[in-house]
Amino acid sequence: MKIGVVVFPGSNCDHDALYAAEKVLGQEAVAIWHDSTDLRGAEAIILPGGFSYGDYLRTGAIARFSPVMTALQRFARDGNPVLGICNGFQILCESGLLPGALLRNAGLRFACRQVHLRVETTDTIATNACQPGQVLRIPIAHGEGNYFADAGTLERLRREQRVVFRYCDEAGEITPASNPNGSVDNIAGICNEGRNVVGLMPHPERAVEAGLGSADGLPVLRSLLNAPVLSAATRLHTPAQGV
Amino acid sequence: MKAYVTVSLKKTVLDPQGKAIQAALQKMGHSGLSEVRQGKYFELVLAPELTQEQARAQVEKAAREVLTNPVMEEYSIRWE
Repeated sequence: MKIGVVVFPGSNCDHDALYAAEKVLGQEAVAIWHDSTDLRGAEAIILPGGFSYGDYLRTGAIARFSPVMTALQRFARDGNPVLGICNGFQILCESGLLPGALLRNAGLRFACRQVHLRVETTDTIATNACQPGQVLRIPIAHGEGNYFADAGTLERLRREQRVVFRYCDEAGEITPASNPNGSVDNIAGICNEGRNVVGLMPHPERAVEAGLGSADGLPVLRSLLNAPVLSAATRLHTPAQGV
Repeated sequence: MKAYVTVSLKKTVLDPQGKAIQAALQKMGHSGLSEVRQGKYFELVLAPELTQEQARAQVEKAAREVLTNPVMEEYSIRWE
């Protein structure tokens, strides 16, 4: 599978994602500069972590208007796999591809440590290679990871089983103490209606080898490879100009 | 013409920064300040050739679509 990693000015986990895709998963990986108007024929897209545009205005708020996002919107709406990690998740929320928003951490501190996540559904492009209820140990590194959505949206996410990951303790219990940032309902990741767009705050690409402290991010990234590959015509579609 | 746009978190959204500031103020003896909410402030200078109507439309659109994330924020505009 050809995996594209979008690079914004200020992205800083793009190389981790490219490394994971190419060296660990053994796939073809391409970097896609934010100015690009196409996705270089990629069959799956990762929006990596970092501080796109210095987090100015709001996290992900300016990246959302990058030229590449027009192509990405189309790619996502056509049902192709898109994984947004950390800042990538924030960009997906800002662009409306995922509901809700990420607020400042409740404790106001930048949270950088290993956390435990429980896989809440395996019916997404990022969890189909995981076990239901599987507990993953994956690092977080963010200042704005406090997931928020209004009551109606939350109700809908729950009803449609679109909460993909929740922060939990080592045993898989969802507890207030295991919530690192104040996210409503311990939500760490969600998906769209089509289940082909997934965003999460933790960094699976930083947990792909034992030497990194954990390899629990692997089943998440490996899930991308099982996503249905749509026709080349769809992938190579040239998007209309403009935002 | 100038537009002053104030963006703040919706009342229903927790503002941890405002809370931390309020707690600090309390410690400094500002016991009368029972709540603090932090927001953002933008000054937009309008090109002189715009009509008032065009200016208003443009500022409204910018405030609604870019300066604010409607999921968590709201805005108000003051004109001068």
